[in-house]
Amino acid sequence: MKALVAIKRVLDYNVKARPNDQGDAVELANCKMSMNPFCEIAVEEAIRLKTKGAIDEVIVVSIGSAKCEEQIRSALALGADRGIHVQTDVDLSSLSVAKVLKQVAQNEGADIVLLGKQAIDSDNNQTGQMLAALMDCAQFTFASEVNIDGQNVEVTREVDTGSETLKGQVPVVITTDLRLNKPRFAKLPDIMKAKKKPLEKMTLSEFGVDESSTVSVLEVMAPAKRSAGVKVADVDELINKLKNEAKVIA
Amino acid sequence: MSTLVIADVQQGKLDGATAKLISAVQKISGEVHLLVVSFNENALTQAKGLSGLDKIIGVTHVGFEHPTAEIMAPLIVSVASEYSHIVANTSTQGKNLLPRVAALLDTQQVSDVIEIISDDTFKRSFYAGNVIAKVQVSSAKKILTIRATVFNPVAAGSCDDVKILDYEPGESKVSFVSAQISESTRPELTSASIVISGGRGLQNGENFVLLEKVADKLGAAIGASRAAVDAGFVSNDLQVGQTGKIVAPDLYIAVGISGAIQHLAGMKDSKVIVAINKDPDAPIFQVADYGLVADLFDVLPELESKL
Repeated sequence: MKALVAIKRVLDYNVKARPNDQGDAVELANCKMSMNPFCEIAVEEAIRLKTKGAIDEVIVVSIGSAKCEEQIRSALALGADRGIHVQTDVDLSSLSVAKVLKQVAQNEGADIVLLGKQAIDSDNNQTGQMLAALMDCAQFTFASEVNIDGQNVEVTREVDTGSETLKGQVPVVITTDLRLNKPRFAKLPDIMKAKKKPLEKMTLSEFGVDESSTVSVLEVMAPAKRSAGVKVADVDELINKLKNEAKVIA
Repeated sequence: MSTLVIADVQQGKLDGATAKLISAVQKISGEVHLLVVSFNENALTQAKGLSGLDKIIGVTHVGFEHPTAEIMAPLIVSVASEYSHIVANTSTQGKNLLPRVAALLDTQQVSDVIEIISDDTFKRSFYAGNVIAKVQVSSAKKILTIRATVFNPVAAGSCDDVKILDYEPGESKVSFVSAQISESTRPELTSASIVISGGRGLQNGENFVLLEKVADKLGAAIGASRAAVDAGFVSNDLQVGQTGKIVAPDLYIAVGISGAIQHLAGMKDSKVIVAINKDPDAPIFQVADYGLVADLFDVLPELESKL
């Protein structure tokens, strides 16, 4: 059994995004970039499944600029076995990413594909579901618990009404939610070892996937700013303001 | 061409967000059709009482008791040719289903639309709500998830044009094992007019009782920060934030919540925000209309007794 984990390089979650001066994109110059936190959870889960003996090999793949190698090396340091870097400087749509991942999954004979449920930059929450559609396989999105027994996969998912448990058989696509696990930190010797792990470089042109997008960004803007209000001294004043000024309680 | 709205159906009942979705798409030219898929007739009956619809398409089949994306997507694809726009709510159902539909139709999706400007131009929120993008879609079909909470619902009305589709779901690649549904007598979090949320400052799950007592007085829904959910104080379906639920009530009361950007993304469109926190430097105060710097363990009982 093989697991393929797709990871994305994004603006670090501690950095507050803002529009660039031209107002046509988000300012990324000189900003700290990191692995998408949901992807870290996906990598961690794959490593744990390998430790449990449910899978034999963990392959990480990232699609993006030359610098994505940093994030692939991070995943290798955490315990992934080898990496694949599909290089492109184009910011691909989720659909195009899913098309590339489908080919990678096929080439590698992946039984389980793990992805973060969403990237914290685009906030799209699409790629895993699209990949499952293209692979014509089961999708387990927003996973909070994964159990694998041979070919059988059982996943508990976080949903708006609580949670639900579904089961199916490989191949499957799983997207990870926050509470699936707590990712480990890489240890220094592992970071050194990761430099020697195999990393295959490919180019987007090898996949024949359309780079163009049917969604064009006309403008990027900051949301309407909320100004800080007033401090109230005590509960009485708070209730008075809510009743008589804001008129939101009776 | 027309717009197809996919109704959220929870345990056979029409979700309140559906009326907001119908209202959101009125700006798009052409007719508005609502697809209601369920295992019983209840949701369909509810849908007939909504205004703003030109037609309802009903599919009732016992196989849809658990409407997984694997069985729902082919159904939507089978009717898709008639529509220029296919929309669903930014709920876990919509988020799970619509990208699968989009990929089967070889069409990109625009997620989490917060404003419809014209038939092909939309505003969406991304980067945890810190940035808004205005996007234009050139594909023949527009596939959108819409953040229903930012739209007002359509009024009650009636739609008599109901087409019952005889559709048998195919073999599913997943099967249902169990569900752990959070039962609550309080208003639903995403549609409540008042929400009171607790964070790490509550210290443990038992202390949420203090919050519940105030919520009962106000008829409010209970929410929580990610920190409170991660710590196991309350269940995941209460999480408000970038990756949890996005709410926009008339009144949002944040108690013992510091206000990480990921939390603010889920509540900063609330009309009035109250923050109660003993740390005067907590970022939550920067978005609060009314801030009370005090110990929540003093404030909550006092609020309960004085409301």
